[in-house]
Amino acid sequence: MHQQGYVVRVAGPLVTAKGLEKPMMYEVVRVGELKLFGEIIGIEKDLVYIQVYEDTNGLRPGEIVESTGQLLSVELGPGLTNNIFDGIQRPLERLREESGDFLTRGFSVNALDRERKWHFVPLISSGVEVEGGNFLGEVTESSTVVHKIMVPPNVKGTLQWIASEGDYTVDECIAKVQGPDGTVHELQLMQRWPVRIPRPVKEKVFTDVPMLTGQRILDVFFPVIKGGTACVPGPFGSGKTVIQHQLAKWSDVDVVVYVGCGERGNEMTEVLIEFPELKDPRTGGPLMDRTVLVANTSNMPVAAREASVFTGIAIAEYYRDMGYDVALMADSTSRWAEAMREISTRLEEMPGEEGYPAYLASRISAFYERSGFVKCQGSPERTGSVTVIGAVSPPGGDLSDPVVQATLRSVQVFWGLDQDLAFARHFPAINWLNSYSLYLDRIGEYYNKTFAGDWLKKRNEAMAILQRESELLELVRLVGYDALSTEEQLFLETARSLREDFLQQDAFDDVDSYCSLRKQYVILSSILLVHDIILNRIRKGEDYASLISNPIRERISQLRWLREEEIPDWRQMQDAITKSFSEEVKAHD
Amino acid sequence: MIREFRNISEVNGPLVFVEGVSDAGYGELVEFQLNGEIRHGQVLETTDRFALVQVFEGTQGLTPKITTARFLGRGLTFGVSEGILGRVFDGLGEPLDGKPEPFVDKYVDINGAPINPVSREYPAEFIQTGISAIDGMNTLVRGQKLPIFSGSGLPHARLAAQIASQARVLSSEEKFAVVFAAMGITFEEANFFIQSFQKTGAIERSVLFLNLADDPTIERIATPRFALAAAEYLAFEKDMHVLAILTDMTNYCEALREISAARREVPGRRGYPGYMYTDLASIYERAGRVKGKKGSITQIPILTMPEDDRTHPIPDLTGYITEGQIFLSRDLQHKNIYPPIDVLQSLSRLMQRGIGEGHTREDHSAVSNQLYAAYARGKEARELEVVLGEAALTDLDRLYVKFADRLELEFIAQGEDENRTIEETLTIGWRLLRMLPRSELKRIRDEYVNKYLPKVES
Repeated sequence: MHQQGYVVRVAGPLVTAKGLEKPMMYEVVRVGELKLFGEIIGIEKDLVYIQVYEDTNGLRPGEIVESTGQLLSVELGPGLTNNIFDGIQRPLERLREESGDFLTRGFSVNALDRERKWHFVPLISSGVEVEGGNFLGEVTESSTVVHKIMVPPNVKGTLQWIASEGDYTVDECIAKVQGPDGTVHELQLMQRWPVRIPRPVKEKVFTDVPMLTGQRILDVFFPVIKGGTACVPGPFGSGKTVIQHQLAKWSDVDVVVYVGCGERGNEMTEVLIEFPELKDPRTGGPLMDRTVLVANTSNMPVAAREASVFTGIAIAEYYRDMGYDVALMADSTSRWAEAMREISTRLEEMPGEEGYPAYLASRISAFYERSGFVKCQGSPERTGSVTVIGAVSPPGGDLSDPVVQATLRSVQVFWGLDQDLAFARHFPAINWLNSYSLYLDRIGEYYNKTFAGDWLKKRNEAMAILQRESELLELVRLVGYDALSTEEQLFLETARSLREDFLQQDAFDDVDSYCSLRKQYVILSSILLVHDIILNRIRKGEDYASLISNPIRERISQLRWLREEEIPDWRQMQDAITKSFSEEVKAHD
Repeated sequence: MIREFRNISEVNGPLVFVEGVSDAGYGELVEFQLNGEIRHGQVLETTDRFALVQVFEGTQGLTPKITTARFLGRGLTFGVSEGILGRVFDGLGEPLDGKPEPFVDKYVDINGAPINPVSREYPAEFIQTGISAIDGMNTLVRGQKLPIFSGSGLPHARLAAQIASQARVLSSEEKFAVVFAAMGITFEEANFFIQSFQKTGAIERSVLFLNLADDPTIERIATPRFALAAAEYLAFEKDMHVLAILTDMTNYCEALREISAARREVPGRRGYPGYMYTDLASIYERAGRVKGKKGSITQIPILTMPEDDRTHPIPDLTGYITEGQIFLSRDLQHKNIYPPIDVLQSLSRLMQRGIGEGHTREDHSAVSNQLYAAYARGKEARELEVVLGEAALTDLDRLYVKFADRLELEFIAQGEDENRTIEETLTIGWRLLRMLPRSELKRIRDEYVNKYLPKVES
């Protein structure tokens, strides 16, 4: 019993319709003969405003609009990982089979494969009371993800029946729950959830556990916690996407949701080629097995771009509810904001800054607030997290851009990309002087407790050297290098070593691409130890030139290229450094 | 399903309101007939009472009372076949060379359809352009979109023509074609391209779409789309490797701005519409490769940056969509260096997968990185030298300054007909690196240094 209305106006992705009897905000509708996907985003008397997720070329007034009675929702169940969807969760691989290499319109394809059978293992037996979030059973989804089948958040009651171990499709009934009012809910491996509504949790909790990324500058200098938020703003060509890809590859999380929002088609292809070949550093399985891709490239319809980040985060929350650590990368949130702007302009809303709608900031912060480290609903007791990392593409790299400003108010970590570093091919081109992490103290304590007692101290020492460098470079610009004291020259030299041997990391090198915490610690400590030794010696009046040319420095600069197993213990390295400098004294004598 | 209307109620710049039409399709093609003259338009907004139409040829001389608007029931299409090769069309796809209409294999929608991301083949085939600054440091690969960021008076046309004539893929003899779209450029510049295509014989394998400076402005919105529709047909149905040159995108964007202003839309930066990113993406993203298809589309859009400002919305949005950029520099031009490519500001995002063993040479990536780092340092030292004088530099920095000078003169600079192989380019690179102490070559593995570094300095 679907209501019908008809189109009265078409302006790009915005369609106005009349005649729908009981339109509901954010309800999904099918527009026109081609049955294009749309969503109601405004109701005014008998007029209904619809953003259409597909190209509206050829659509004309008078064509039919059909309501579906459903909010824009995602299908959640086995088969999400190792898959790629468009902004409204249509599986692109299936679309390709059905409609060819170029996207055609109006195709309705289920997000999850209805034919494929999954091996379900029940974890509880009938008769017990269950509520939203309780584990019913599990399905091995891929080599790295065990998919927990949960009672949907809004269901509560007595488990009347549960299917025995066996193979089921996602829409077969696997459990029946009788609610307090007597209604019986038939549960499936799959559940639906409206994307714009956060999935409920017991509570958000405070944590100090870092999300390790294998990227030296991030883990040591500007770390993010599990369940935290970070943003990566930068002009084009400064390496936003490479950083996002690196995080998707190497973060120590269970599931990665990567949303390519209004970016290049070839970048999604790159992920599709690379991830199946790369190994998850934690489990050894192919990376693709823990990855869900949502791709709405820049030439795909703009309204679906608006929906894509919500599709992504709803999927992320779902895996979080299973007790997993999930990372969501959104590249780029600026394109998402632009999509909001375009729709808002077509609605002729009063514009805020730079033509963006007045609700830009609240939408952005509401999105980032869906991150968090949480106690999940239901039993067993468990915690899960969603970490959100958004790329921002400010026009001209100008950080006063409203999207950047709204983002900075919502996130705790800022990785500022710098064009000059990119020009000098210093990658990742994160500017260490203006980036920050508000989690630093918490994570520092955690590292101190669990890894090495002097972690935070060393990090701060290195940072101080880098800051000293920028002051000294100002001075050099005025008076020249030779006017510096040897002590000052040493600071410059150490800073250079920090930049070249530690901060720089080659994402395209097999070995350097990922760096373990232990390796990071050995490199950083080595550079600092050499600095301390030389500083002490020149203060005692020894010759700077011969100290600085100690061959151990060459060896330290090679550390980043060494495989994990070739990296010496810090003790060994410490001995080697001390020895190298004492040998020099002997040679001197 | 052709409908005719005679009630034009309002004319505003390039826009026309047609009253009474209740079923115009969004994007539908409209023909205006006035005194035997025919103009073309496209529906920008449609309601159950009127349609808003943009007129490609402009509204000058248009008299509402005697003009008929015919709604043709279809969008803008282009008739394609292999017969379009060697032909010249105007900005709306009508033959301009006096020859008869080419045979039509089929009509295609000029807007095309987005390539499904899973159908894309990742571009990884090295294209040798014979230009060291590109091949060595900003490598172009098949299926890439790599714009030239230029400024008025800089030799972007010469560079683009040189690329078109020299570009080839190592060890392959395949069908290629050039699709050329001119938007608002001068007759002289268009003629330069035509001459150059004639000289190299590429003209037989070319399709040209010309909208020159004195042609209707709004037509420019359609011109690149006609060109890319032709390119897609040749690439994905006729297995050709197509090089699409689009010039000048700045004029295109200005036409876009004109329409946006006429519609009284809320302007974005510098008056350009907020949807310009999406609009440009619908052009640039039509480059690429498709799995299982032999052909490819490589795009070289050209744009002139107003005041050489790369943060201007046109280069800025372009840079966010394309896979890098070739940046021309006025400073190098003043030093009389051709091509004046500022390698530090240039970038090729797809380079990594197109170079190295099996593509170019094993040491390519490392050499390129080292040249970048050394040149950046040299330029920095050179600035310092300007402020403080040469005496204030360390010996090493003086060496870097010399390195930067020689890189510009020996590596970047080359003749307009000079076609260097990738081997030659890398050899020059190593020759320059030989100037630096070996301990400075931090970005290159020892085995490559041992293998390729010349034993004597030259």
